[in-house]
Amino acid sequence: MSTERAPLFVDRRAYYRRRMADAARLMPVLGIGLFMFPLFWIAPGTGVTEGAAAAQSPVRTVTVMVYLFLVWIGLAVASGVISRRLHPEPEAKEPLAPGGAGAAE
Amino acid sequence: MHPGARGPQSEMEIVNVLVLVSLAYVALLFVVAFAADRAALKGHARWLHSPLIYTLSLSIYCTAWTFYGAVGFAARSGLEFVTIYLGPTLVMIGWWWTLRKMVRVGRSQRITSIADLVSSRFGKSNALAVCVTLLAVIGTTPYIALQLQSVTLSYAAFAEASRPDGGQINEVTTSLWVAAGLAIFTILFGTRNLDANERHHGLVMAIALEAVVKLFALLAVGVFVVWGLGGGVNGTLARIDASALADFEVPGSRWVGLTLLSAAAFICLPRMFQVMVVENEHEGHLRTASWAFPAYLMLMSLFVVPIAAIGLDLLPAGANPDMFVLTLPLMAGQEGLAILSFLGGFSSATSMVIVAAIALSTMVSNHVVMPVWLWLTDDSAVMSGDVRQVALRARRLSIAVILFLGYLYFRLSGGGAALAAIGLISFVGVAQFLPALVGGLFWRGAIRRGALAGLGIGFAIWAYCLCLPSFGPSAILPQTVLENGAFGLTALRPQALFGVSSLDPVVHAFMWSVSFNTLVFIVVSLVSFPQPAERLQGAQFVNVFAHSTPTSRGWSAGMAQSEDLLIMTQRIMGAREAQALFSAAARDQGLIGNLPETTPDFLARLERALAGSVGAATAHAMISQIVGRAVVSVQDLMAVADETAQIMEYSNRLEAKTEEQERTARQLRQVNEKLTQISVQKDAFLSQISHELRTPMTSIRAFSDILREGGLSETELQKYATIIYDEAIRLTRLLDDLLDLSVLENAQIVLNLQHGRLDDVLDRAIAAAGVSNGGFTVKRDRASEQIDLYTDLDRLSQVFINVISNARKYCDVRDPHLRIDVVSDPEGELVVDFTDNGPGIPADKQATIFEKFARVSETKAGGAGLGLAICREIMTRLGGAIAYVPVTSGASFRVSIPPGEPVSVRAAQ
Repeated sequence: MSTERAPLFVDRRAYYRRRMADAARLMPVLGIGLFMFPLFWIAPGTGVTEGAAAAQSPVRTVTVMVYLFLVWIGLAVASGVISRRLHPEPEAKEPLAPGGAGAAE
Repeated sequence: MHPGARGPQSEMEIVNVLVLVSLAYVALLFVVAFAADRAALKGHARWLHSPLIYTLSLSIYCTAWTFYGAVGFAARSGLEFVTIYLGPTLVMIGWWWTLRKMVRVGRSQRITSIADLVSSRFGKSNALAVCVTLLAVIGTTPYIALQLQSVTLSYAAFAEASRPDGGQINEVTTSLWVAAGLAIFTILFGTRNLDANERHHGLVMAIALEAVVKLFALLAVGVFVVWGLGGGVNGTLARIDASALADFEVPGSRWVGLTLLSAAAFICLPRMFQVMVVENEHEGHLRTASWAFPAYLMLMSLFVVPIAAIGLDLLPAGANPDMFVLTLPLMAGQEGLAILSFLGGFSSATSMVIVAAIALSTMVSNHVVMPVWLWLTDDSAVMSGDVRQVALRARRLSIAVILFLGYLYFRLSGGGAALAAIGLISFVGVAQFLPALVGGLFWRGAIRRGALAGLGIGFAIWAYCLCLPSFGPSAILPQTVLENGAFGLTALRPQALFGVSSLDPVVHAFMWSVSFNTLVFIVVSLVSFPQPAERLQGAQFVNVFAHSTPTSRGWSAGMAQSEDLLIMTQRIMGAREAQALFSAAARDQGLIGNLPETTPDFLARLERALAGSVGAATAHAMISQIVGRAVVSVQDLMAVADETAQIMEYSNRLEAKTEEQERTARQLRQVNEKLTQISVQKDAFLSQISHELRTPMTSIRAFSDILREGGLSETELQKYATIIYDEAIRLTRLLDDLLDLSVLENAQIVLNLQHGRLDDVLDRAIAAAGVSNGGFTVKRDRASEQIDLYTDLDRLSQVFINVISNARKYCDVRDPHLRIDVVSDPEGELVVDFTDNGPGIPADKQATIFEKFARVSETKAGGAGLGLAICREIMTRLGGAIAYVPVTSGASFRVSIPPGEPVSVRAAQ
């Protein structure tokens, strides 16, 4: 495995594929950020609050609901696009860096 | 509840219709499952392998608890319910990180359950597998009870609607029937092909159908509620705004905590692992599921809040919000919709129970029952045909037992709110697998001990903080412990560990148990050293993408002998199944007979077939052995190495033993030879003695006989008496000699030590030997004989006498003489040589002259032949020696006398 060194630069197709893999890895990070976002709407300044503080600036459930479902649909669509672009064929060329990080770009 | 305009007769019909529809639905499921199994067996029906089916099968995440409970959850705490779906969504869109690896590992290692995965990763540790299995059973049984409860409740809701005066629905009977029916279905389709590693096509198909039914039912109810009852989208949103759910006031810790919890549970739940990894047909299916399953979850939760808000609005205050999905259509008189809704909930419950039962039964039978059975049967049955039957029975029995446990739990807990809380509690329980699972997949340093310790502490905290308190105050944990902590330490309060009292109990327990679990897991892993099997498995798991290809690895055509494979397969699967499998494969290859070519396809098929009976790893190893390919699992290598080590040790021990035995045998042989010699000597001695005694005795008897007859002259009388006297003397002498020798040989003589001079001893000896007369001259050098002695002078002179008289007796030359030479060497040893001029001793006699009864010639029988033997014994006692020295002419005896005191004297003193 170590004898055949991976090329430092890869062709355009493989390059795009790797960027798609990066995007796939980033998806849950994006998802966490977006799903947790409504918490910042509750009582600005105090962050995570409960009880009395929440009453000061009521956030409408409907707003959060609409927001969440839009995000949800967006994430599903993005995930679909990414996974569709992550074609399985060139996978055989990939495995140099099993952990994912540090492969040739 | 909803006093309809219809008479009681038609109301009664709803319940009957419900029962009929349920039965018809179950029958449909059976037909679908059966048809799918048939289609899969025939090999066509590509749509069975479509990623859509895979995605739909993942929907068993949405159980009856989510189908009914989500609305109840939303009615109580608004939008918070959605966290239960957000977690799995995050996991699915992050498939590239975790799921892809899990599925790859599951396929390449032929994993049969989550317990199998964890134990495989940590060196096939059965202890770990048993732990995970137990934890899974403990975590899942209440969940199964929850499904039974929801079916019972929904059925009761119908009954209540049809008979407001109080339903006569027997909950016990209903839940029992449901449990029994589910057990039968699961056993029929879940243990059909016994192969835990192969897809259960029929089952997965049925589950996919149920997924469609429950989604369709919920959407239908949602659409009806929004557009039928809520007055369109805007009207519904307005109603939500007006309801108690209007404000989004979710505690942040719960929002984050529950999302993470559901994400962890999604990965760790045994039933999710079953459909996601074990039943996975192709890694590429994840690609589709990564977007389709989040979409499915999104649709499942789309109408939850509207249904909750409108239910709260329209239904009476005391109505159970968990049943809104059912009671709203019933209230509106939409019995068809209500039945559809019931079917949705029924589907959710049944699919969950079926898959959970299969996953658990696989774990229980593979990691608990089979090891125990193999242990009981002492490994001898591994190769016999009963393995298949035993595995099958174990799995079926496990399914029945698990469902019965669920039923029992439902009965004992009495249903109600206590059960409803179980969903999240169960999630936290199985989330304890997460550190070991994720750590095992991504960190090569993760070690078995760490995993065991982490699981143990996580489980303990879960039980203490969440599970036991959930039974209610004083049920198991005393009230004082709940309020003041164990041992009165407030830091140990179950629901406010270390003073963390602001958190919701579930989030609190989740945070503490998983934190401690992870911490202990990492720390113990860091300080211990893995076994070889663990290290190799670790590398295989963590670097799985480097070690495997996306599709399942196949067999390259090898040297496998079809016949060998057939013999092995018959042993495991039974003769008929094995032959059927082989001839089917041969037919597929277009061959006549029942021995197919060993193509990679066939080998892969065979391996899958065997894996169900003996476990995947073993099956792979068995085929590897016959095919001769080197892909043998680490564990097999270890087993082989162990065996070899044992054999080597054994043979070493055997060798040592053999050597010892040989040594003993040699010694025995020597002793035996010696004994034989001694026996021969004794015989010879006895025969010689009797011979020596008989000769004089014969003459004494003969002559005494003559004397007795009388009539003899005086001279004759004199002559015969003399003969008798001489012979008696000879006899006496012989006996004296024998006695002397015996005394000498037994070292019983008492030496009489004296000071004296050598020349005196020689003088006495020569005089006693009677050689002074008869022309026998003794030549001496008196000057050299002036030597002092300290020894037994009498014995020494006895030796000299013997030697001198022998010389006189045997020296038959004309001018016989004896020369005595005395040499004293510098060390003080005295050597006396007696040399005559006679004919000497023939060479062949020289070796034996010192033996008893040895005589140089029979004719010159003077004595009994004991003289020299006695001499030798005496000299040995005196610490000296006597030897025959061959010289050119005559015989020469050399007597060596040690200086100073003889050895035996020293000993005697």
